[in-house]
Amino acid sequence: MATSPRPNAITRRRTRELVVGAALLVVLALLPLPIAGTYLRGLMVLTLLYAGLAQGWNILGGYCGQISLGHALYFGIGAYTSTLLYTRLGIPPTLGLFAGAALGALAALAVGWPCFRLSGHYYAIATLVVGLMVLLLVQNWGFVNAAMGITIPFRTESWVQLQFRVAVLPFYYVMLGYAAIAWIVAWVVEGSRWGYIWRAVKDDVAAARSLAVRVFPSKMAAAAISGAIVGAGGALYAQYVGFIDPDSVLGLSLSVLIALPAVVGGVGTLWGPLLGAAVLIPVQQLSVAWLGSSGNGVDLMIYGALIMGLALARPQGLVSLFGVRSQAGGEVVDDA
Amino acid sequence: MTASLVAQVAIGGLLMGLVYALVAAGLSLIFGLMDVVNFAHGELLMLAMYAVFEIHAAFGLDPLLQLPLVAALLFGIGVAIYRLLIARALGVRFNTGMVQIFVTFGLSIFLVGAAQLAFGSDFRSIDNGVLSGRTVHLGQIVLPLPQVAAGLVCLLAFAALMAISRTEFGQALEATREDRDAVALIGIDRDRIFSLGWGIGAATVGIAGVMLANFYYISPTVGSNFALIAYVTVALGGFGSLAGALVAGLLIGLVEALTALFIDPSLKQVGVFAIYVAVLMFRPRGLFGRL
Repeated sequence: MATSPRPNAITRRRTRELVVGAALLVVLALLPLPIAGTYLRGLMVLTLLYAGLAQGWNILGGYCGQISLGHALYFGIGAYTSTLLYTRLGIPPTLGLFAGAALGALAALAVGWPCFRLSGHYYAIATLVVGLMVLLLVQNWGFVNAAMGITIPFRTESWVQLQFRVAVLPFYYVMLGYAAIAWIVAWVVEGSRWGYIWRAVKDDVAAARSLAVRVFPSKMAAAAISGAIVGAGGALYAQYVGFIDPDSVLGLSLSVLIALPAVVGGVGTLWGPLLGAAVLIPVQQLSVAWLGSSGNGVDLMIYGALIMGLALARPQGLVSLFGVRSQAGGEVVDDA
Repeated sequence: MTASLVAQVAIGGLLMGLVYALVAAGLSLIFGLMDVVNFAHGELLMLAMYAVFEIHAAFGLDPLLQLPLVAALLFGIGVAIYRLLIARALGVRFNTGMVQIFVTFGLSIFLVGAAQLAFGSDFRSIDNGVLSGRTVHLGQIVLPLPQVAAGLVCLLAFAALMAISRTEFGQALEATREDRDAVALIGIDRDRIFSLGWGIGAATVGIAGVMLANFYYISPTVGSNFALIAYVTVALGGFGSLAGALVAGLLIGLVEALTALFIDPSLKQVGVFAIYVAVLMFRPRGLFGRL
């Protein structure tokens, strides 16, 4: 940020973002009404879920520049927390959601405490390894049904229990609310003191430190917010799908899926996660539906090629197509 | 539990550790040269194993005799990946670190899909090679010959890699590693060094793949397990350090085998990861990491 714009320009931009966000929320609220197909609505539910998850990842990975490849851990903790509270103690998922978010945040702090001393690739690989360690332990942990997973029984149609006979449309609005809240959190932190501190830490740790920025606490704050958002997403996903097992909520590929929309859309931008999810999730799901039903691998080839192509063609993210400048700037992120 | 059983398991673990070390060496070489972590490294291993299987099925050529062939094939694949993808990823002006990670991640997904399409998802294995089913007896210790051969060949390949790093070419690699812009001034073609680095990195994985194909199942996703171990090996040994990769690989093979013996086979990787986390707490740069 060599030439910082005048404050009123920032205020104008942020007000405009709010207006666009509100308009988009109205459009998205009306969108499923003309689209009646369960399949397409289900696709939109997943897209919104990943938009919210990627927004959460973006707070740590984008604004703060700590590329985590272990966010499935927080997702899985959220999913298991709310599911166990519901199936064992009968606590409604609308409350379990907050417990999941809290434990997601705590887990992110626990991972961050040893790992934030590492930089660059060491940090990315450490998060990946910690995530896989927990996956292996849960796969062998009888108390949570090990690798068999947990089925969430249907009891009664209820918004408090987040259970619906025909689940797709109600869950569309649940996920829309989730993605909207994640977006609002990102909007708030982007303009906050923390937002500036994170970008300073990301751009140049040494310079930030010399300006008396306390680097470690700032990373921990980003991790906690990021873990909470992703943990809440895990709880909602469990309730939507009705079944969780270690592979589906703690796997490595999930960690990549959580990060990808932000990376493809635009790292460290407000709109990137949303835009990335809107492109990636439909492409992935539709290519599975059309080509991959026989398990012949063409869907994976398309998905992989898309990731490579977008990363190379639009390294600053798809948001750049709309004239939004990536806040990451032109600097190399890696400080290893 | 007798002492000879423990010794047998420990030696088996060390032999596997040599394979891990060689897989990790390729990763470490590429990282040391250009700060790129190849997240498609396991898929290179998978491609090598399928190459062995298909050539064996088509021409009956024993896996052991395919070593030079598959190593050369993987060298070509490595150079091609550098030319087509990595050179471009290094050239982007935004988010360079992140682009590298996700380009190689995309490549790994692509290659798994391509393998499913070309070879199907069924597990395959080679059980009629020259080495298959034979054992080596050392007193009371019995070791399967394919594993022994794999350990020895990987150790030889490792020695060759060490020898290469002593040659003029190795010094050019080292110079490029230290300052990739300054080397142009003394007549070193950076692009050529980088593509040779990718070629050698992939060829070493190819050698590990040939030896593994003698006793390990082959499937489109077989690479992910080994890649994971390789990342841990490299981070544990220290990025860019060959000696670190060797020590860390042996340590991981040993810990894995002993965890499986004394605790539970399904938790063998937990033991490995726990060692890694413990080391990183005290030495964030890994055992032999520089900087």
